[in-house]
Amino acid sequence: MKKEKEHFFDKPGNFKKFLGGFFISLVLLITIDFFIHKHPYFAWDGYPSFYAAFGFVACVGLVLGAKYILRIIVKRKEDYYD
Amino acid sequence: MINAIPPAIIFILGAFLIPLFRGKLRSAYLLILPVIAFLNILNMHEGVYWTVRFLDYTIIFGKVDKLSLAFGYIFIIVAFIANLYALRVKDPGQHMSACIYAGSALGITFAGDLLTLFIFWEFMAVSAAYLIWAGKTKDSHAAGFRYLLVHLFGGLCLLIGAVIHVHETGSIEFGYLGLNGLASYFIFIGFGINAAFPVLHAWLPDAYPESTFSGTVFLSAYTTKSAVYVLARAFPGTEILIWIGAAMTAFPIFYAVIENNLRRVLSYSLINQVGFMVTGIGIGTALSLNGTVAHAFSHILYKALLFMSMGAVLHQTGKINATDLGGLYKTMPLTTIFCIVGAASISGFPLTSGFVSKSMIVSASGYGGMYIIWFLLIFASAGVFHHSGIKIPFFAFFSHDSGIRTKEPPLNMLLAMGIAAFLCIFIGVFPGPLYSILPYPVDYVPYTAAHVMEMLQLLFFSALAFTLLMLAGIYPAEIRAVNLDADWFYRKFGRAFLWFCNVPLTGFRLAVQNFSSGAIKSLVKFSSDPLLIPEIIIRYTLLNFYQILSAISPSQHLKEKRAALEFKASRLQKITESGRVYGADMPRRPIGLGVLLSFIFIFIYALIYLLFVK
Repeated sequence: MKKEKEHFFDKPGNFKKFLGGFFISLVLLITIDFFIHKHPYFAWDGYPSFYAAFGFVACVGLVLGAKYILRIIVKRKEDYYD
Repeated sequence: MINAIPPAIIFILGAFLIPLFRGKLRSAYLLILPVIAFLNILNMHEGVYWTVRFLDYTIIFGKVDKLSLAFGYIFIIVAFIANLYALRVKDPGQHMSACIYAGSALGITFAGDLLTLFIFWEFMAVSAAYLIWAGKTKDSHAAGFRYLLVHLFGGLCLLIGAVIHVHETGSIEFGYLGLNGLASYFIFIGFGINAAFPVLHAWLPDAYPESTFSGTVFLSAYTTKSAVYVLARAFPGTEILIWIGAAMTAFPIFYAVIENNLRRVLSYSLINQVGFMVTGIGIGTALSLNGTVAHAFSHILYKALLFMSMGAVLHQTGKINATDLGGLYKTMPLTTIFCIVGAASISGFPLTSGFVSKSMIVSASGYGGMYIIWFLLIFASAGVFHHSGIKIPFFAFFSHDSGIRTKEPPLNMLLAMGIAAFLCIFIGVFPGPLYSILPYPVDYVPYTAAHVMEMLQLLFFSALAFTLLMLAGIYPAEIRAVNLDADWFYRKFGRAFLWFCNVPLTGFRLAVQNFSSGAIKSLVKFSSDPLLIPEIIIRYTLLNFYQILSAISPSQHLKEKRAALEFKASRLQKITESGRVYGADMPRRPIGLGVLLSFIFIFIYALIYLLFVK
């Protein structure tokens, strides 16, 4: 049997490298943020890394809300309407 | 007059020629049709054209201004892309209904009066339903019917509103209406159903995922965006739209997180994106309305691109549920890249079309000081990245390896995706051309250092949330399931209604029928021999009387009388069973008796009439 070509994420090292790059970019984003002049609409959105914190909290809230509240209420068997 | 014809005509009449062509000729024709329409629209200048007198009213097929032109351009561009994508579809009916569908959306876009608007509105509903039925599964059949019923209801609301409006104002012109009075409420609901307002939205995630791999690409472009257009035309600055839009951006993302069918995930995110546009219409400033049009333009492209990439997955593997997919990047690298471009655009990454259009609406809410709305929109921006930006490409192309080994879709599909992906990036890098076709002069700079940084932070830290939740195993596992939505009400109600018709209502009908036919039967019997009943009553009363008497006194005379009566009673018994035979078992009654009876009845009737009625 022909051996399948090895793909990018098949090598365990590549996935780690990808994650590493991702985390470094996060740190960079936070660092550069301090040197950027902002034009906030309100007071709070001018704080350093406001968007980073909001994005993270919002998404965790989104997933937990969807998983532990919405899914409990609306999930039915696949043949529910049949 | 201008040297152009209504673009709707090109598509709708052009659609009927499609079955005449076969093979390569048909492919060429399908591609040339939008090109002709595009050259045609380039010849259209602002003004009012193609007016027809109808009864006392003026029908306007061409109300051309910057708002309608912008929607006209993108509707034609996406028709070209989607036709290219669907070239290999054999069924001419699908091509025809797709072209009629695109044509009706263009008809709505340039309609200058309510009658034209309504007619194209209904055309659109029917042709879209055909595209859903083209899925040719049991589910698509049922979903298509539900789609049609919901949209016919919406069309009816529009018609009622239009009729009241015409009656009140005497004009059928379609322009700014504003939310004031009964007519506008009906029209607003009619538009709202097509725009997928919350609670009125369930038709969308119900029907779109059931269409064919290419049908959904058309569907994703026209119905909701033509509704956005008419809302922008008739209800700009209507405050309630801000809240409706914000709700639309927020609630579908929760559904999208737990949904398994990836095209249904995209359907929910479609509502979320239309929510941004609706909010922009509600805010009603030049910036927000520009943002709405720009976002509709770029949204149509990246949504079509995302649906095309998922269509390609469905076309190549026959599967669309996240539970069945994964690891496809190995065999479909180009599709993966196109999907990621679409995902980046819908998330509003810098250098993509979503960034330059969505930020106008978010900024407009910020400048307006609407902090709750602004928060919701930012939340929705993070959320849409979460489910459309990451979930779609991740579960289809990466995630666990599903073991599926397939190949890239045919060249025409790759080309269609490639063009859409190119436009997404082109608009993101050079927003100038898009900004130049917007309804108001644009004084907006999307690429400031602060803005780019804010968006990147928002998106990257949303991605961090996804990564950490995934690694920690908290991210909800994909489950094969049905998630209840607002369509529960009419799907379950529909069933309850059918049961109500079948069981209690039919039972009642049978009872009424039996009772009335029984009553008629006895009336017939009674009128055939009206004297029988009084006779029975008299004879039996007498018989009972003599029975009692003979029991008290043992007289021979009474016994004889009783025996004679018993004999007569037994004869009566026989008569009631088999009917009277005149002459044989009883003497003929004189006519006079009948006349007497009639007189008695007439007398009673006259008495009642005189005493009680008069």
